[in-house]
Amino acid sequence: MFLFIVRRIFFAMVLLLAVSFFTYMLFAMLPSDPAALTCGKNCKPDVIAANRIRLGYDKSLLEQYWLFLKGIFAGRDYGTGAAAFSCGAPSLGYSFGQHECVTTLIAQTFPVTAYLSIGAFMLWMLIGISTGAIAALNKGKWQDRAASIFTSIGVSLPTFYIGLLVLFSVVIWLRILPFPSYESPFDDFPVFLRTMILPWLVLAVLSAASYTRLTRNGMLEAMNEDFVRLGVAKGLTRRIILRRYVMRQALVPIVTIAGLDFAGLLGGAIITESVFSLPGMGKMSIRAVVESDLPVLVGTTMVAAVFIVIANVLVDIAYGYLDPRVRVK
Amino acid sequence: MSNEVVLSVKNLSVVFHTPDGDVAAVSDVSFDLRSGETLGIVGESGSGKSVTASSIMRLNNSVTASTSGSILISGVDVLTADEIEVRRVRGSEVAMIFQDPLSALNPYYTVGKQIAEAYLVHHPHVSKSEARAVTLEMLKKVGIPNPEKRIDEFPHQFSGGMRQRIVIAIALINNPKVLIADEPTTALDVTVQAQILDLMKELQAEFNMAIVLITHDLGVIAEAAKDVLVMYGGRVVERSTVEALFSEPTHPYAWGLLGAVNSLSSSGRGALATIAGSPPSLIALPSGCSFNPRCAYASDVCRTEVPLLRSIGLQGSVTACHLPDVEILSIGHGVASR
Amino acid sequence: MSNDIALQAIDLVKHFSTGSSGVLGRATNIVQAVDGVSFTLPRGKTLGIVGESGCGKSTLARLVTRLIEPSSGSVVLDGVDITNLSGKALREMRRKLQIIFQDPYSSLNPRHSIGQIIGDPMRIQGIVTRPNEKAEVQDLMQRVGLNPEHYNRYPHEFSGGQRQRIGIARALSLQPSVIVADEPVSALDVSIQAQILNLLENLQKDLGLSYVFIAHDLSVVRHIADQVAVMYLGKIVEVGAAVTVYSNPAHPYTKALLSAVPVANPSMRGLGRRIRLVGDVPSPIDPPSGCRFRTRCWKATDLCAAVEPPLQADGAGRVVACHFPEETPVTIGQSPV
Repeated sequence: MFLFIVRRIFFAMVLLLAVSFFTYMLFAMLPSDPAALTCGKNCKPDVIAANRIRLGYDKSLLEQYWLFLKGIFAGRDYGTGAAAFSCGAPSLGYSFGQHECVTTLIAQTFPVTAYLSIGAFMLWMLIGISTGAIAALNKGKWQDRAASIFTSIGVSLPTFYIGLLVLFSVVIWLRILPFPSYESPFDDFPVFLRTMILPWLVLAVLSAASYTRLTRNGMLEAMNEDFVRLGVAKGLTRRIILRRYVMRQALVPIVTIAGLDFAGLLGGAIITESVFSLPGMGKMSIRAVVESDLPVLVGTTMVAAVFIVIANVLVDIAYGYLDPRVRVK
Repeated sequence: MSNEVVLSVKNLSVVFHTPDGDVAAVSDVSFDLRSGETLGIVGESGSGKSVTASSIMRLNNSVTASTSGSILISGVDVLTADEIEVRRVRGSEVAMIFQDPLSALNPYYTVGKQIAEAYLVHHPHVSKSEARAVTLEMLKKVGIPNPEKRIDEFPHQFSGGMRQRIVIAIALINNPKVLIADEPTTALDVTVQAQILDLMKELQAEFNMAIVLITHDLGVIAEAAKDVLVMYGGRVVERSTVEALFSEPTHPYAWGLLGAVNSLSSSGRGALATIAGSPPSLIALPSGCSFNPRCAYASDVCRTEVPLLRSIGLQGSVTACHLPDVEILSIGHGVASR
Repeated sequence: MSNDIALQAIDLVKHFSTGSSGVLGRATNIVQAVDGVSFTLPRGKTLGIVGESGCGKSTLARLVTRLIEPSSGSVVLDGVDITNLSGKALREMRRKLQIIFQDPYSSLNPRHSIGQIIGDPMRIQGIVTRPNEKAEVQDLMQRVGLNPEHYNRYPHEFSGGQRQRIGIARALSLQPSVIVADEPVSALDVSIQAQILNLLENLQKDLGLSYVFIAHDLSVVRHIADQVAVMYLGKIVEVGAAVTVYSNPAHPYTKALLSAVPVANPSMRGLGRRIRLVGDVPSPIDPPSGCRFRTRCWKATDLCAAVEPPLQADGAGRVVACHFPEETPVTIGQSPV
């Protein structure tokens, strides 16, 4: 098992290196000149040329990539003399759009994304697993049918549509909540809650749908297993059978998918953040796309990739713990 | 004490409600079983033998199946008792082993835990370490080598035969009066099958339990059963001692089965004796005797009237066939001596 | 001379690698599924291959039909080495060498009608043309005991036995010379088994087919086979005429296997004729040295661990791989008196 983990981590590092290379190259190949975007309307050729040298865009692509990579571990200095400035390690580059180190920008926006993700994730696991379990235990009855309608709606309706609808009805029409304006939970907790409750719910309810289906089908499948029949034949109570036999089996695929979904969320819930005007990483990415702010895009992509790779490793390890057939040969 | 009736099934009928219509899986099955004895139930797929077995444990889904009749175990009618009572009976008075031991074991827990769990649920005041000691003892009894180490292993780490021994250990841990074995050796290799049949015989003698042995294999029946029910289309068509079944079979379906097996095991080449056609669909059972479309001796009465079970011959056999006694006995002897 | 031999396997080996490999990976495990198997199938005859799960008999079936590639060794069909064929020659070989599977249902396309299942391969291989396809297919359906009027039905509308008849008809549609049947009756009820075995025998008689018949059920093989090969852990341990192997087994494993079959005769119960094999079949990843059966054999000596016994003829016309073959004839599996 230990060797297995070491190997997975090693491969994860290699994978991240590859991701960073391709991300960097892909964005660098876009037909826009990053240096020309640094100064907006009052650009003159000599300013562009100076900025190009200052930000290192005069070097070859491979050299640029190397500096980027080095920056992650050692930090990075830009320019010379009085105009010199530096982005400390881990540096993911410098945003000429926002005139700030990318790492600093991410450090500012990531907590928002994290609060959104964690809250929504906990809610949706709760909703998804419990509705799925209720549906499975009442197969064919009205609860099951209701869950199935919920699933179809959740899976088919897009977040931006439901998000705007909820925003309109709750905030503008019914005026139950004020218009969202984000505050850190440490500064003003009530405002934070009032702002987050809608995005949490929208994200959770919509994402829960597929977990409802996963839980329901997994449990029904497990209930048909011979080993569940043997559990009944042993004289075990229904509660023990559900917990040790049925849920145990149904949980394995849920954990796998939940880990990856959560990691994806941490990379930025772009649509939800935009709809509810949350200053998170997703919203920042959108702005970076509009402004062709390449360093920010590369940075957020790298952060998302790191989370997905870490989640993959964790899921693999969790899988080994959940299923002894993987753990012991 | 040795020969008390421990299981009494009366007029058991099971109907499954499916989208395609009602399926009469078991119709009017009755039998008694005494401790220390083995009752074989033999039949093809769809004969109702496995549904009969799961009814004894009340394992059928109560939503999709309607069950009638009575099943008495230690004075409890399993079919009408409340859930708590049934749970007390399950595992302690009557236990079950399955065809495929791998799928019958919970892949997520060690075998020791699964055996101890079966013990603890019926002995709530026993400590975990005592339960482990009992489990270890049981593992030795069912012939698991190196039990101290293997008690903490998972089902997938065992071979097929060893897994079936684990399932047997789970079944016998509470010293049940009745063991239901549903095709216990069908998924196993022939040399392993022999080991498991031997083990079941040894343990039966030790625990004086009654066994319901469900199988499609007449060889296994001949090897292990004392009495035999032959089932077809959800009904018992013949009930006899194992000797009588093989020396004086009294139902045309039994003749067909025996003929097929005998001609297969004789060394001659030549065409094998067969039963024409296929087993019936339970959704649309033929009227009258459900075997009539495949029966060489069928007459008009067979197509309209379900034959009742009646005693026949001098060996205590019971048959459900419209043919006259004399004819049945002479054909039966002919089939047996072929 | 070679015209009398339908199919020949020469020293077939199939090793699968399992487990992980590569950077920081553990050493790969090699499963020796089939390890040096040779046999000869005379034209118009049946070779039965028996053995317990994991002995390699199904791998062997897939090797000789080239569904998988051997690690080494070769297969000769009608005098032609088919081991390295490709393209048109491979297609022609596939036509002549057909396989029938254990589970007739999962080997039939559920969305194709019986007419398509049997007719399509015939047309594709150019055996029939469109105008007379239906007549030919219905002819074949009749031949295997299916109602020709069911031409347009789908597999799920048939019972298990009938589906196996469809599988046989499909195999026959290409006019093969050799059929490899992998456990063709083990999923069927006893009464249906007999029907299918009779059908296979009649077809062999009428069409001069040669069969490789693989099964774990010893009585089924005894009935249908002329020659029987017994496999254990990837090797043939004994081969010979069915009558000889069954009445006078030479290898201890064959003897134990035969003695373990329950006899459908209650009066023979408890006669102490059964040889109890202890333990389980060892792993094919790390088979025992020398004779692979020695770990479970009651006759094994140091010689058996040191030297692998070659498969060779003994004095009594039996071909066996054992240092200490059985002497005494046994009578097992006789019909009840």
